[in-house]
Amino acid sequence: MNARDAGALAPLRAKRKASPGSVRRAFQPWNDPAAEPLVVFRNVTKRFDTVTAVDDLSLALYPREFFALLGASGCGKTTLMRMLAGFEQPDAGEILLDGVDITAVPPHRRPINMMFQSYALFPHLSVGDNIAYGLRREGLPRQEITRRVAEMLALVKLDGLEKRRADQLSGGQRQRVALARSLAKRPKLLLLDEPMAALDRKLRESTQFELMDLQSELGLTFMVVTHDQDEAMTMADRMAVMNHGRLVQIGPPDEIYEAPTSRYVAEFVGDINILEGRVASVTGEIVRVETAIAGAVELDEEAASLAAGETIFVGLRPEKITLSHDEPVQAVNKVAGEIWDIGYLGDFTMVQVMVGGDDGQLLKVALANRTRRIERPFAWEDRVWLSWDVEAGLVLPP
Amino acid sequence: MKRLGPGLIMALVAGFAFLYLPILALIAYSFNASRLVTVWGGFSTHWYGALMANQPLLDAAWLSIRLAFVSASVATALGTLAALALVRYGAFRGRTLFAGMVLAPLLMPEVITGLSLLLLFVSAQVERGFWTVTIAHATFSLGFACIVVQSRLAGFDRSLEEAARDLGATPIVTFWTVTLPLIWPAVAAAWMLAFTLSLDDLVIASFTTGPGATTLPMRLYSAVRLGVSPEINAACTIMIGAVALVVIAASLLLKRDQLASA
Repeated sequence: MNARDAGALAPLRAKRKASPGSVRRAFQPWNDPAAEPLVVFRNVTKRFDTVTAVDDLSLALYPREFFALLGASGCGKTTLMRMLAGFEQPDAGEILLDGVDITAVPPHRRPINMMFQSYALFPHLSVGDNIAYGLRREGLPRQEITRRVAEMLALVKLDGLEKRRADQLSGGQRQRVALARSLAKRPKLLLLDEPMAALDRKLRESTQFELMDLQSELGLTFMVVTHDQDEAMTMADRMAVMNHGRLVQIGPPDEIYEAPTSRYVAEFVGDINILEGRVASVTGEIVRVETAIAGAVELDEEAASLAAGETIFVGLRPEKITLSHDEPVQAVNKVAGEIWDIGYLGDFTMVQVMVGGDDGQLLKVALANRTRRIERPFAWEDRVWLSWDVEAGLVLPP
Repeated sequence: MKRLGPGLIMALVAGFAFLYLPILALIAYSFNASRLVTVWGGFSTHWYGALMANQPLLDAAWLSIRLAFVSASVATALGTLAALALVRYGAFRGRTLFAGMVLAPLLMPEVITGLSLLLLFVSAQVERGFWTVTIAHATFSLGFACIVVQSRLAGFDRSLEEAARDLGATPIVTFWTVTLPLIWPAVAAAWMLAFTLSLDDLVIASFTTGPGATTLPMRLYSAVRLGVSPEINAACTIMIGAVALVVIAASLLLKRDQLASA
């Protein structure tokens, strides 16, 4: 795809509801060498005393992108965001916005706004004055401020509440005020720090979709920082997994989930079973791996870099394994085991199967509960067979 | 709530009596019709009227109020800045020394503070009077003001200030539009505390004052040396009332602030 296509398709994202997948799929400026990034981190390093929070990190964000930064607490994601907002100064490297170095620009002169995890609403001001705060600092005329505040309140569906004080609002309303306040100045980039952390589950889901609609409607660039993978995967066009101050992998959510490039990402995002093994042979696109637990397994992978005898890990997502009482004769990859635990979660059931004897390894299998059935096909201590396709397994470097 | 036994109630009454009976006696005798302080001669507000005619005493009271106003304002401004430095700038070089120097006057015997300031003013050849007492009072009440503001700042959510910066406010605008409006109850309480400290002080004022600048406590003290009169009792009663009002107002402010920030 060339640059013109990307530019022409981007506004269409607002109509995502009409044609979901295709339009979203087409938005991939990061694959376009001609696309101009909005934000560039160039070899940025930040240390706190002896701890290196961000380690020689480079990253480009593109206009209109919804980018999610995912990582465990202490991985440096918050530091990275605070450097973008201007609250922390990098020890090395530079940060560019629209091609201009903003490393030394103080926070109040950056066209970037942030929604704080605690929302940080000013308790001594009304909802309207909270939203107007940034506009007043710009010295806009009074009518303009009144108009923009009303516009923002309508946008986040809080019309009529501008006289309220922050402590008279519910958690969901406070989050909307914080969002309206950070959007009021029409920033080039909006940073969201754990935006859903304080909301309950139902509200979180609906808010996630509202946020996505808002982002495409306004044509803004969002960067959300979160430790919640569901949140990152639901909302983001592209996400990065961060660990020990470095980006471990960047890509669209499905790529991160289905094709993780490291054991860390495979285990951090979603559930996965890891089998240790040794490459027995590579024939065309089929890799044969001899595993200690499950015997020989075959994988369909681009395996050009693998050599026979190499130690690798095979990753298997729980939902890609089939469970049966009888031996699946046709299956290439199969292993017998005993059910040790069954966790019923409503929409699916997570079964833990011990393979390779009592001192073997517990493998997780996810069964979708597609029918309303009180009697379950599997019970504790059942002898069962696990099987999976050659496409299901992942090769992970050690 | 747990009920108190008779023994505990006795102890409580005795304790409060020890603390407040002298003050209550003073207030009661200020309404004494008799000229003799220790003999009750019936209820009268005569001495309050006499007080209003006692020009030297009124002059001293007015001077004390002006002095307390200026010194409390100076002490609160400097104390707030010191508190900001102590809370906000982490472990800067010399922090312990700075904290010690700000808070030392709290522990220093008043005689020593007074004497050392006197020596300073004499050696610097400053003419002693209203301004030297003001400086002296600001110096020792600054530490109190600093402690009050510091405790409020310690519980302050810094992300509020970061949000203001993020929305385009310079550090100074952030202080005036976010920080100060949120800590003002503590600042006001600090001011009131400094005000009453200055109004009460006898020792430091005696050391640092000069001709023509006699504060109310000094005037009362010198009058008592000639014998206690019911007029003095009346003056003291008014002073107790004023100080009590200010202290109650300050503690209400702080309490409301704690509730609001909790």
